[in-house]
Amino acid sequence: MVSANNELVYDRSIEGNIVPTKLDAAINWIRNNSMWPMPMGLACCGIELMAVGGSRFDIARFGAEVMRFSPRQSDCMIVAGTVTYKMAPHVRRIYDQMSAPKWVIAMGACASSGGMYRSYATLQGVDRILPVDVYLSGCPPRPEALLDALVKLQQKVKNERALKRLVSA
Amino acid sequence: MTAPVDVSTALPAKFPQITPRASADIPAYNVPMADAVAVLKTLRDEFAYDMLVDVTAIDWAEGASPRFTVVWHLLSTTRHEYIRIAADCASDTEPSAPSIVSLWAAADWHERETWDLLGIKFTDHPDLRRILMWEGYPYHPLRKEFPLAGVETEFPDPEIAEVSGGKVIAAPMAGGPFVASPGEMNLTDAEPRAKDESWNEKREKPE
Repeated sequence: MVSANNELVYDRSIEGNIVPTKLDAAINWIRNNSMWPMPMGLACCGIELMAVGGSRFDIARFGAEVMRFSPRQSDCMIVAGTVTYKMAPHVRRIYDQMSAPKWVIAMGACASSGGMYRSYATLQGVDRILPVDVYLSGCPPRPEALLDALVKLQQKVKNERALKRLVSA
Repeated sequence: MTAPVDVSTALPAKFPQITPRASADIPAYNVPMADAVAVLKTLRDEFAYDMLVDVTAIDWAEGASPRFTVVWHLLSTTRHEYIRIAADCASDTEPSAPSIVSLWAAADWHERETWDLLGIKFTDHPDLRRILMWEGYPYHPLRKEFPLAGVETEFPDPEIAEVSGGKVIAAPMAGGPFVASPGEMNLTDAEPRAKDESWNEKREKPE
């Protein structure tokens, strides 16, 4: 996929030690391949999230294996599981503590919409309190589906105007 | 704590005010609320019912009087027998019952849960806070008049309410409840879904 924003061209035989590129492309390339997740494992989806970190599915292939349990060091919050109203303030607070740029994956039916928990105690979709970048269906989703969501998010990040957002921020 | 004879004769002999309670399984007795603690203490100390299994309550729905009944389940770990004690709450609007945390420490969280979900106030409880819903939640969700979907109210945290601009909403029950299909081998078909998909958030329920 070639676009003005994400093309990273480097040919050793021509350029040697010099890499001409666009700043946006370079920044996005770095962000893409070091997407450190903040695991919000709140229910059974958390178990699938753990499987993704294991050797069979191996999220390290996509540069996102470094699960950071500190919001200060993470880029991508994976909300995996049912968010109750009692838990919602804490999820939002952890999101607020993450340093920009930050993204959110709503993993599974519960995080996306409340899922089967149409009840007084369950937040009806984490997008009520957070901006969500990728919704992931399934109850719970297969580990491959989470990898797919991560790749989708990387595609999205690849096309961001990183420099413009950095300067304007 | 020697194992005594028959509870069904010995207990009414000791407390003439208790009456047998209809029960499909284990022995059960109705007790006046004022005597509940004394009966439970006697069962523990003299009849070897040493383990508190459950404290809960029944809501007989609005209009019924007495509306609330508190239920205790005890187990004798030496004789392997259960017993159920039930007591009606005097008030139908502000029900209360004596706490038995002083008899069994296990009663602590059971009583907090019963307070949280059914609104039974346990007098002399050392720390009667909500246990599942958040402090300040205005309802008791397991009462009969409370809808499963919930009632619109404020978020537990004002900061979050401000930043998200949202509220605790009544959950959209479109086509629900959402249940998994048993016995179907196809995982896609067996996933939890609304049984009646003729309506949803966008399409009105057909009358």
